[in-house]
Amino acid sequence: MPKVSMTVNGKRVSADVEGRTLLVQFLREHQRLTGTHVGCDTSQCGACVVHVDGRAIKACTTLALSCEGANVTTIEGLANGTELHPMQAAFRTHHGLQCGFCTPGMIMAAIDMVNRLGYDLSEETIRHELEGNICRCTGYHNIVKAIQAGAAAMGGMKVAAE
Amino acid sequence: MYAFDFHRPATLRQANSLIGKVEDAKILAGGQTLLPTMKQRLASPAAVIDLSGVPELVGIEQKGRNLVIGAMTSHAEVASSALVRELLPGLAALAGGIGDPHVRHKGTIGGSIANNDPAADYPAGLLALGATIVTNRRKIPAGEFFTGMFSTALDEGEIITKVIVPTGGKFAYAKFRNPASRYAMVGVAVGKKGSSVVVAVTGAGSDGVFRWAEAEAALGKRFNAKSLEGVTNPPAKDLNSDIHASAEYRSHLIGVMARRAVTAATAK
Repeated sequence: MPKVSMTVNGKRVSADVEGRTLLVQFLREHQRLTGTHVGCDTSQCGACVVHVDGRAIKACTTLALSCEGANVTTIEGLANGTELHPMQAAFRTHHGLQCGFCTPGMIMAAIDMVNRLGYDLSEETIRHELEGNICRCTGYHNIVKAIQAGAAAMGGMKVAAE
Repeated sequence: MYAFDFHRPATLRQANSLIGKVEDAKILAGGQTLLPTMKQRLASPAAVIDLSGVPELVGIEQKGRNLVIGAMTSHAEVASSALVRELLPGLAALAGGIGDPHVRHKGTIGGSIANNDPAADYPAGLLALGATIVTNRRKIPAGEFFTGMFSTALDEGEIITKVIVPTGGKFAYAKFRNPASRYAMVGVAVGKKGSSVVVAVTGAGSDGVFRWAEAEAALGKRFNAKSLEGVTNPPAKDLNSDIHASAEYRSHLIGVMARRAVTAATAK
């Protein structure tokens, strides 16, 4: 079996995988990082969204071997020890989840949104940008609120750091 | 997915040599269609040649009056490129309307046109823009490239390397999206270069993207949405009917999308 090596949440990892091994299988089954979920397995729902080289992608529609040498961030890589990432904290504060299954993908998508579009996100922008993520519980209202607050908090952290 | 051998060349030369050597190989671009198709076992190649490690296939540059877009350039890159937004804002908008943000980070222009899905956006756009598809062997005008549903002029072992898109004309694309798949239920691209007008329709034809000659003739006289009043929509008998829309509704939408596209193209 071919070997694949990549950096996951700052750590160099490698494993022997099949050609058909998906990135999400590599993360969940080989790395035991089960925070990245498989909701639909048909690239619709976005529960599997992770960042590869800084861009949000669907890990169920990416081959592990295509990520050779890549830098991957999953939901497990966001918190600083016990301190939640501001986007995670915002989801908790605003109750941006019910069952929580879609949440890892929502948060990875939300941070990607901020990376591309900045800290000041309108409700309309957030709803539009969430097209690739499906939630069956919340009706999205609190997710949108959480992303707006999380984006602003990320901006505030950046200002504080400067 | 059935098991397959995986190859990831680092250069176009390596890719060329692999595609000639490896039996029953399929080229993997962004994988946003091929991988779901393989999961459903609608495709089961013995080998996959992944082009994501070939940097020379990625990038957007201006060459004279043309934009040259590398085949492995993602939809997100086309949508956010300052060059494309300035010179062909309609093409940036088209790319920005494909799929969702995560799909746009992976899906590529080369992969989209090689697949020629009958509801994809790029085939209509490139047809209306009079683009040229460049492969490892030759240059193919868009008008000769899209030959039917999921079918192109590409030969066995031929790899798309870039797409040359003329700038300086008028262009816009309007689509009525299926809200679940975000594919075009009907999409109409309108391009005007000098006195020549192309109206290309996707999502509706029973054999993939097609040109709407009557609309082209009317718009050729006067490039204005009003010119389409009185032009009969393509007949329903030549159009798709499925759970998303009847052929009659698609016929109606073609007229609506064409007017929207012309209005957008003339607004710039």
